[in-house]
This record gives sequence, C-alpha cells and structure tokens, in this order.
Amino acid sequence: MTASGTLTAPDVAIVRRPRRLRGVWLLGALGVLGLLTVASVMVGSREVGLDDIVAALGGSVDGFDEAAVAKRIPRTVLAVIAGAALGMSGAVMQGVTRNPLADPGILGVNLGASLAVVIGLAYFGLSSATSFIWVAIAGAAVAALFVYTVGSLGRGGATPLKLALAGAATSAALASFVTAVVLPRNDIAGGVRSWQIGGVGGASFDSTLQVLPFLLVGFAICFLSARGLNSLALGDDLAAGLGERVAIARGAASLGAVVLCGAITAVTGPIAFVGLVVPHACRLLIGVDHRWLLPFSAVLGAALLTGADIIGRIAARPGEVDVGIITALIGAPFFIYIVRRQKVRAL
Amino acid sequence: MNASTVHASTATTDVPTQRREITADTVASSRRRRATRRRAVMAVLGALIVVCFAITLMVGQTFYPPADVIGVILGHDVAGATFTVGRLRLPRAVLAVLVGLCFGIGGVTFQTMLRNPLASPDIIGISSGASAAAAFAIVTLSLGEAQVSAFAIVAGLVVALVVYGLSFKSGVVGTRLILIGIGIAAMLDSVTAYVLSQAAEWDLQEATRWLTGSLNGSNWAQVVPVLVALAVLGPVLVGQSRNLSMGQLGDDTASALGVRVERSRIVVIIAAVGLIAFATAATGPIAFVAFLAGPIASRIVGPGGSLLIPSALVGALLVLVADFCGQFAFDTRFPVGVVTGVLGAPYLIYLIVRTNRAGGSL
Repeated sequence: MTASGTLTAPDVAIVRRPRRLRGVWLLGALGVLGLLTVASVMVGSREVGLDDIVAALGGSVDGFDEAAVAKRIPRTVLAVIAGAALGMSGAVMQGVTRNPLADPGILGVNLGASLAVVIGLAYFGLSSATSFIWVAIAGAAVAALFVYTVGSLGRGGATPLKLALAGAATSAALASFVTAVVLPRNDIAGGVRSWQIGGVGGASFDSTLQVLPFLLVGFAICFLSARGLNSLALGDDLAAGLGERVAIARGAASLGAVVLCGAITAVTGPIAFVGLVVPHACRLLIGVDHRWLLPFSAVLGAALLTGADIIGRIAARPGEVDVGIITALIGAPFFIYIVRRQKVRAL
Repeated sequence: MNASTVHASTATTDVPTQRREITADTVASSRRRRATRRRAVMAVLGALIVVCFAITLMVGQTFYPPADVIGVILGHDVAGATFTVGRLRLPRAVLAVLVGLCFGIGGVTFQTMLRNPLASPDIIGISSGASAAAAFAIVTLSLGEAQVSAFAIVAGLVVALVVYGLSFKSGVVGTRLILIGIGIAAMLDSVTAYVLSQAAEWDLQEATRWLTGSLNGSNWAQVVPVLVALAVLGPVLVGQSRNLSMGQLGDDTASALGVRVERSRIVVIIAAVGLIAFATAATGPIAFVAFLAGPIASRIVGPGGSLLIPSALVGALLVLVADFCGQFAFDTRFPVGVVTGVLGAPYLIYLIVRTNRAGGSL
C-alpha cells in the first residue's frame, strides 16, 4: 500500500487516523495473544481446566490432563515465537522491497531454507539442530538474494509483479530439486515430508532454545532498521537525500528478515502466508510507521499462528492439521484479494 | 510464444528491409521461407520422436534387436520380447508420447491465449487442482483408477474456471490470472499435503508416485482415455488455432477481425484443460512439460504460424527422453516428473530473467 501510486485523501486519513490509537491497538493485540496462548494450552483433542494447567506448570505430570499440558506448552511457545518471527520478517520484506506481495513464502525464501536443510540431511549427514539452523539461514539468504536479483532485472526495478513471479518460479524450481534429492532416499523421505508441510506439532523446549539466540539477533537487527525502512519507504532518492545510506539500510534490514525466517524454517518447516497477511492487517490498524509496525506485526503474527494452530487441532479432532496448511488456507485467499485490488497497470 | 517480445525483436531487425520497398513478392517469399522452415522443423521433430520411440522399445535391462520389436508389434510371438516389449515397454512409450502431446498442446494453448509464457497449467493451479483431487480420491475415498481420473478431470476444469472467474475484472489480464493461479495453487497444494499426511503407508506410495508424475506401471487401460481425448479435443484446438493467433493481437483487434472472442475462448479453455486433465489423470502432473514445450517450440520454429503442433511434438519428445533418462541415466530410477522438473526449473528462471531484461511487462 505504500509502494505505488499517489496518495488520495482517504489514504492519508488511513495513515493519520491510527496514530492516537496505536498504543491501544498494541495492548489489545497483546491481550488477544495472551488469551490465545492460554486457549492453546487448554484446547485440543482433550480439554484441560485451568487448575490442571497450574499443576502442570508446577512440574507435575501425573494425570492425562497434565501430560497433555506438558506437551502443549512447548508447542504453544514455538507457535508464538515462530509467528512473531514470520510476521516481522514479512513486514521487513514488504518494507525493503516496497512490495505488497512480499512474504518469505511467496518470495521462495522458505523453500531456499528447505532445500539447504534437505541437502544437508541427505548428503552431509547433518544432525545437530544448530547446524540445521545455520544451513537454513544460508539457504534462505541465497534464495532471497537470487529472487531479488532476478526480480529487479530490467526496467522499473523490482516491481511487485516481477518479484512475485520470480519468487514463484524459484519456489517451483526449488521444490523440484527438493523432490529429486529426497525421492531416492527412503530413510529420510518420511521425516522430510512431515517437516516440509510446516508445523509446530513436534516442538520441544530443546529445539526452541537452540533457535532462540538466532531469533533474538534477527529481532534486534529488524528493530534497529525500522527507522531506515521508514526512509526507504519514501523512495531511494529521497531516502538518500535525507542522509540515509540506502544500500546499508536495505542490506541490514534484509539480513534481519532472512535470519528470522531462515532460523524458524529450520525448526518448523516452511510456513507460508503469515508474513503476507499480518503486515497488511497491521498497517490498516496502526499505520505505516515501521517503528510501530514491526513490533505490532510480531505480536499479530504470533497471535495468527497460535490461532491457526488451535484451529488445526480443533478442526480434525482427534487428529490435527499442521499449522502450515491452515495458514495457506487462510492466507491464499488474502493474497488473491490483494492481487485483485492492485491496478492492472501495476500488475 | 511470448509473442510481444518475439514480434518486437523481428520488427527491429527488419528495419533495414522495411526501408527497401516491401513488395508483395518479398512478403510472399518470406512467408514461404517460414512455412518451409516450419514444415522442416516438424518433420525433424517427428523423426526424432520415432527414433526415440524405437530406442525405448529396444533398450532396457535386456536389448532386443529391431526385428524382435517389429515382430512383437505385428503380433508375432517372440520369446521374452512379447512380454517385455509388448506388455511393459510399448504401453509405456505410447503413453509417454500421448501425454507429451497433450501437455505440449494444452500448455501452449494457455500460453498463447494469455499471451504469457508463465501462464502454463503447471503454474496457474490446474495441475495442482487435478493433483489434490486425485490424492483425495486415492487416499480418502480409496477409489479405483477410472474414478481417480474422473475426479482429476472435473477438478482441473473447476479450478480453471475458478481461476478465470477470480481474475475477471473488466476483462482478464494475463498477469493477474497468473498471480491468482499461484495463490489458488498454494491452497490446493496445502490440501494435497494434508491428505497425504493422513495417508496410510500403502496409499502414500501410490499417491506420491502419482503426484511426481510417473510412467511406471503404464498399461493399455490408461492409454485409451488419453488417446480418445487427444483424438477429440486435439482437432478442436487445432481448428481454433487461427482464432488463437488473432487473439494475440488483443481482444478488440481480434473481434474486429471477426473472432467471437469470449465464445472462442471458452471452447479453447475447455478443450485445453480437458487435454491436460486427461493426461494428468493417466500419469500425474509431469512437471513443466506443459510449460516448456511452447517456448522451446517457439525458439526452433521462429515467428509466425501456429505453435500448437510443434509444441505438441516437443512435448512428446521431452517426455520420451526424460523418461528414458530417468530410468537408465542414474543409479536410482527417477520418475519422469522429477527429471522434467529438474530440467525445467532452470529454464523457467532463465525465461523470467530474459523477459525482465528485455523490459517486457511479462
């Protein structure tokens, strides 16, 4: 929405109006996230009361209910931080590329991480979680760089259309390679397939703790680049005129986004569309100032992923639907809506 | 294919000749040259298909000399060869050629109609729709082969209409349709992923084989529906090829030239989706064949004239060669879809790079 076109009066109103309310919105979003977190521990194929949760938090795993809680807590924690990471990296990517369709899933970044992990698994016998995270971040970075280069070739730079197409094509290509790597390896095929759907079901505190430092670094880089993103939103020339070092600002912000989505992909598998939907909703509520937009995207992303995970557990009781499937079913219609809203000329 | 850029480049190279006088003679002779080239290319492609077809029949775990193969085809009883060639290799090779023709012609139809090489059924969700339906039919409903095909075909058509309908906003613009197709494909793929995650081990095997696109286990029962579809729908599309090339000039020009744009478009969509869906139902979505055939054909045939038949031939050749490579070129036997996927992926990216460089709006 900030990307192209002249601002009309209503647009300006949308940008201005929220300023007074954004603190309220942020608190409200945090409240919703809190409620969803509690619900995520309570709801599932077995309903658990609050007293059992308190007991389980105290370390007791005696009853079925407490055992269920002990399984749901790490999963909820992972859903919250994964959603926060994806939401924020989506917001940063949309800011860096000034592109309303940017999302780690659509731009092929998640699949870059996937391919890197799969190759590591199949040919280099990687097994430690930390090595997966490094490999995934490297794969994500290569894919992001590649897609951005391909998408910005030619006249007009990286238009939304060219980037989205380059991303989709790269994703298709990477998916073929993943199949080719995995198919002859029966020993890893099953594990890779379940990882590839993208879910938080197999969460453990161990893997979460290992990815946490990477995520903290990513969050920090993103927060620090918020001001730079605000200048970039004005266009490269104007940003340079305001004293911003455009290339550095863009590079730093991209690095933060790539670290976030690469690291989280290593743990959860590729989860698409969270990074697409969340920043749009945030901009409607609190405006386009990245200093507010980024944290708000993180909170709302966490809420979305936790909510999607709850839906996945309720919808297919007693089984469950992986959260990556739910986010695709929610996010793809939203993607289509944004595409339809774009002007034909811009497309 | 990629008509705008192709025409643009010829226009610039033709500038000097245009300064000279363009007489009826020069136009006619250049037309004649192009027609000759087209015929030559098609003849070469046809010959290559025949050669590859013969090689796939002869070469394998055991080699059978041409005499044996011909004997089997004529219905004689040849020890060993009757089973290996007659029951295993022949249906496989025939199916490879037929689905290659279907994918090639169906893909190039979409690419021509939407004036964009990316608008192939692989990318705009039609294959994903057929795959999701087939996975559902195999895993959840445990249906037999024929019903799975029917499911895939209906789903392919429905998805094509939904994508077309969603991208309609005072006319359909190719790029909007492609992006919306990508979105729909993402949804359908996640449905497929869910269905597969619920599958029992034995269903999973069949479903995965199907989803990668494979010619393993081809039999005559699979060949017949594809053959019928090709015989019925192929001529329909070839008959519409003039309207298709007029459509490339833009809807307004086409209707000024006497094409009933919307009606012709509906016929073309149904016929092309039908071909794709029947072929997909038989072998699964063989990655990127529908996408690659058109651009390759356009490269070797050059501008002017319809690309339908050359692309069909290129498609058949691609599937034949890729299947042969998948079977014998590596330690593991890969399904044909993996080979075409790995070959096609870099080409897809190259195509985007080239179009972006040329400054085309895609």
